[in-house]
Amino acid sequence: MINTTNTSEITPSKPALKIQGLTVSYGDKTAIFSVDANFPTASMSAIIGPNGAGKSTLLKAVIGVQPILAGQVHIFDNPIKNNLQKIAYVPQRVSVDWDFPTNVIDVVQMGLYRQGGLLGRMKGEQTSIAMDCLDRVGMADMWQQQIGQLSGGQQQRVFLARALAQDAEIYLLDEPFSGVDAATERAIIDVLKSLKSKNKSIIAVHHDLATVRDYFDYVLMINIKNIAEGLIDETFTNENLQSTYGGKLELTHAEELSAPRDRPTK
Amino acid sequence: MINEFIQFSLTPILIGILAGISCAVPGNFLILKRQALIGDAISHVVLPGIVVAFIFTGVISTIPMLLGAAGAALVAVILIEIIKRLGKIEPGAAMGVVFTGMFALGVLILEQTDTSKVHLDVEHALMGNLESLIWLKAQGWQSLFDLDVLKTLPDELFRIIFVCGFILSLTVIFWRWLKIVTFDEEYARTIGIHSSIINFSLVIITAIAAVAAFESVGSIIVIAMFICPPAAARLMTNKLGIQVIWSIVFAILAAIFGYIIAGYGPLWFGSKNSVSAAGMIAVVSGIILLLTCMYGPCRESVGQKKD
Repeated sequence: MINTTNTSEITPSKPALKIQGLTVSYGDKTAIFSVDANFPTASMSAIIGPNGAGKSTLLKAVIGVQPILAGQVHIFDNPIKNNLQKIAYVPQRVSVDWDFPTNVIDVVQMGLYRQGGLLGRMKGEQTSIAMDCLDRVGMADMWQQQIGQLSGGQQQRVFLARALAQDAEIYLLDEPFSGVDAATERAIIDVLKSLKSKNKSIIAVHHDLATVRDYFDYVLMINIKNIAEGLIDETFTNENLQSTYGGKLELTHAEELSAPRDRPTK
Repeated sequence: MINEFIQFSLTPILIGILAGISCAVPGNFLILKRQALIGDAISHVVLPGIVVAFIFTGVISTIPMLLGAAGAALVAVILIEIIKRLGKIEPGAAMGVVFTGMFALGVLILEQTDTSKVHLDVEHALMGNLESLIWLKAQGWQSLFDLDVLKTLPDELFRIIFVCGFILSLTVIFWRWLKIVTFDEEYARTIGIHSSIINFSLVIITAIAAVAAFESVGSIIVIAMFICPPAAARLMTNKLGIQVIWSIVFAILAAIFGYIIAGYGPLWFGSKNSVSAAGMIAVVSGIILLLTCMYGPCRESVGQKKD
């Protein structure tokens, strides 16, 4: 593939991302309080919780965009400082202004920033890496498109391609399926599963409880504080959903969601 | 005729062009970050600082004025914070009060100072003194190659050449950083770009452009040039690099046509007096923006939501 990183330290036994006592506040309001998490390597993990539970804040605190009050973050047992290049972050699609005057391939090449030469000249090799990443999300034929002309789903794919270009070990995604069409959702899931099969770790803030079981194998449930964490089958239960969402979730709905189903093998 | 043009119009036009470019280039990034009014705010806030620096030194020169401007900006930040906390009003209102208040204070101080020795008064602060930046020693085009005569060019020209060159080279050198940070600041931080340094530098550059342009062309043109050329340029293209080039082209056009129309336009209509060049340059840049709003090739793709 693109770059062969040293994978000796990346084994399934070590947590890909380990969070201890992470606390963030906005002014007087506590956004997340003393959250712990151990996201396993080579798996797909979901972060779920109600609106305002601090899911996005957690991701931003991990990557250092949001200042933290307390807590530690380790990736593969090393402090995250100086190891940020092992993480690729896919922000919420709506967090940027898509009227920005640039095109699809340019955005994807931002992911190759660390490999750029003087004054950011892109070599031919890097253009082909970016094209390859666009191809993986099914957007290769739109590489010259002005980004303002993309649909929501296409925007999300471009963001995913930009993260792929970083060739990271851990992929942090903030609501990747929010406001995208069904075809895009399937395309993104396929890309994420193929990443997982290459021992990459995926951690996504997810809001569609109906698809948690289908897409993910590990879950962190938070509502300001930790509620539950673990493998989907053991953790994504009625009780935990109730304590995460409080009265906001219909009891019958929760039972239906948490009931193990026969999943079609993907 | 040519001789007269070189003596009376060449340097003001050049200074107008360079001041316009110095403001328009950072303006591109301010507009894309939806912070277009920062340029406006800075050029308001720095006025008392510039005036105080002028009172202390007695001369109009860039370095003391920049220091004064920086001091004024600092005072503004502190004032905004105090008003926000004590008054419990929204940040926009706090900023509005501080910006206009400090600008008015600058005008008041300016009125009280003795401007007999150096030309700095309220009119100068608002509209500059482009028309007075003349090159009397020039005798036709050959003067451009005569070192002794070149030395008599107004100092303002050399200063703005330096500032404009400085801003253009920084823009080229930091292009990638600027582009990524302007598009997606949080993402930029995750790939190891120090977004806050880039943002801070952009504000500093904006202040330098505002102060440097201020001394020759005044506040009105500074505000217009931060916004109009880049906003018009955005409607001409969907590529950032080309947008910056268009903004430079528009700044040049506005300076040339603004100066000529201000100087000769009233004569065509039988009036004997010319009008303010800086004011007319600002008006022309507004007209350019209006024209691109109506006919710009990329106006369809801007500002519309597609889903």
